Amino acid sequence: MNHTLILPILLPLLTGAGQLLFYRAPFALQRLLGFASTAWLVLLGIWAITTAGAGDYLVYQAGNWPAPFGIVLILDRLAALMLSLTAVLGLCCLLYASGGIDRRGAHFHALFQFQLAGLNGAFLTGDLFNLFVFFEILLIASYALLLHGGGRARSRAGLHYVIINLAGSALFLIALGTLYGLAGTLNMADLALRIAAAPAEDAPLLAAASLILLVVFGIKAAILPLLFWLPRAYSAASAPVAALFAIMTKVGIYAILRVFLLVFALGETPVNAVAWSWLWPLALLTLALGGIGVLGSDSLRTLTAYLVILSVGTLLATISLVTPAALGAALFYLIHSTLMAATFFLLADLLGRQREEGYDRFSAVGPIGHRGVLGSLFFIAGIAMAGLPPFSGFVSKVWILQASADEPGGLWLWGVLLASALLVIIAISRTGSNWFWRPGETATPYPLRRGLLTLVCSMVGLNALLAMLGDPVMDYLSLTAEQLLAPHGYIAAVLPEAPASSQEVIP
Amino acid sequence: MELLYAITLGILTTCGVYLLLRARTFTVILGLTLLSHAVNLYLFASGRLVTGAPAIVGLAAHSADPLPQALVLTAIVIGFAMTAFVVVLALKAAVELRNDHVDGENPDEDRA
Repeated sequence: MNHTLILPILLPLLTGAGQLLFYRAPFALQRLLGFASTAWLVLLGIWAITTAGAGDYLVYQAGNWPAPFGIVLILDRLAALMLSLTAVLGLCCLLYASGGIDRRGAHFHALFQFQLAGLNGAFLTGDLFNLFVFFEILLIASYALLLHGGGRARSRAGLHYVIINLAGSALFLIALGTLYGLAGTLNMADLALRIAAAPAEDAPLLAAASLILLVVFGIKAAILPLLFWLPRAYSAASAPVAALFAIMTKVGIYAILRVFLLVFALGETPVNAVAWSWLWPLALLTLALGGIGVLGSDSLRTLTAYLVILSVGTLLATISLVTPAALGAALFYLIHSTLMAATFFLLADLLGRQREEGYDRFSAVGPIGHRGVLGSLFFIAGIAMAGLPPFSGFVSKVWILQASADEPGGLWLWGVLLASALLVIIAISRTGSNWFWRPGETATPYPLRRGLLTLVCSMVGLNALLAMLGDPVMDYLSLTAEQLLAPHGYIAAVLPEAPASSQEVIP
Repeated sequence: MELLYAITLGILTTCGVYLLLRARTFTVILGLTLLSHAVNLYLFASGRLVTGAPAIVGLAAHSADPLPQALVLTAIVIGFAMTAFVVVLALKAAVELRNDHVDGENPDEDRA
């Protein structure tokens, strides 16, 4: 059996454990270990994309126990995409953190590795209870990372974040207990088959379980009634941590895609229809709230946190159309929005350090150091964030608009999406003109870290590169969407002995 | 037995949710603990309630489903660790913010 598939989980887990055990070792060594592990993860991500890109499912049976009795890890196109996105993002955040932020608290590097292990595990696992376990791993690492650096604002935001996620975990277990009680399995592929064959009297309970799961993933992804923890938590976290958290809401979206397009998608009357009908209006409201929040934010980090909410709304509204084109477009937007949100959190820190007072607050007015360089960077990053050409945000938004044009209710998405984009442009240009377009230069500007500046520039460059590579990326994502909408291939890969059924999926 | 079990679950969940919605961190943590007890019992019951049946196939005519027991064990361990973490976090917040309100400030006292 090929053991490469478990490496994205094992490697950061072992590295993190080693960093904890030898915490007395020189700090440079800990940093180096973290870099080595994360760089390997990037290579593994490339391996995953090329392997899964061929269209096959790679299945790893832990302990060689066959599914559904053992836990399986499965690599398909979506999982490969998420793995590589996490690895690239992780590497950027780690590079930025090693500019000095990682020294502000204990065990930053070990926690960072545990976070990556939890994320990778959540993307790879094919078992619903295992998904819960990996959620807990990534959450406990994120609790500690959120508090990294200390301070009152972090303690306050951390408390909310931890409590709402613990309540979410309780709900997750309730949903799992219900599903196990009804179907007698927690392997996702097996569960899909059993739910499809479930008797009609179980349908209400199954719908209830699916909606509880939707609430759980909604807390992670920050859908409208469940998002109020996010702006405070994200804006309180230190810059590289907040940038890494840009992928955390995407874990919720990944889980929604995985569970509702696989586990609840089969059968004559699929259970997921209820979920989509709830998701569509809620996602549109989330999108609208994100736009308003962006305009009403009081600091650049809060603004970025609302940009994350806006991207979640866009993604879920597009996903709940459930067509191949819409899913592909949503995945493109997912890559773009994750990278850009992370870039903006780092940029907020870079700019905040150059201001004489107020860090990144809009209420403070004052000159900013290195106005020319940082102003141009902010201008370009703002264009990329708002989804204007020539960046990948533009490509993904055009694709989303095209995909939703012919759908019933697609015009709602057009209206809300374009209106929020306008609000984003207004908010960003207001920030830019307030900060950079004023007379007076700081007498003694703070030293600008070249390395950090280059890093943020190259992240914006990565976004432009994504737009230039639009064609192959779109091909890959279209195939990913098709694979997602054909769960029988997934089930056949996990359970080779299961009776093959030829029924089509009704989204 | 099922009735007793269900009533216990209901009482635990009700108390848990009520305490969870309180404004002080200590009661919120108690609420989370009660809720996680209720959830563990619920998970355990998802394998059906049987008495006098071992969780190993072949030892007796009837055997209990071992998987929920394993799930509950995992859930207990995770819940225990999370409770420990949130207790420490609440203490840290109480010391730093000088009050134990979940929002970090008491809306009635601070504005007076």
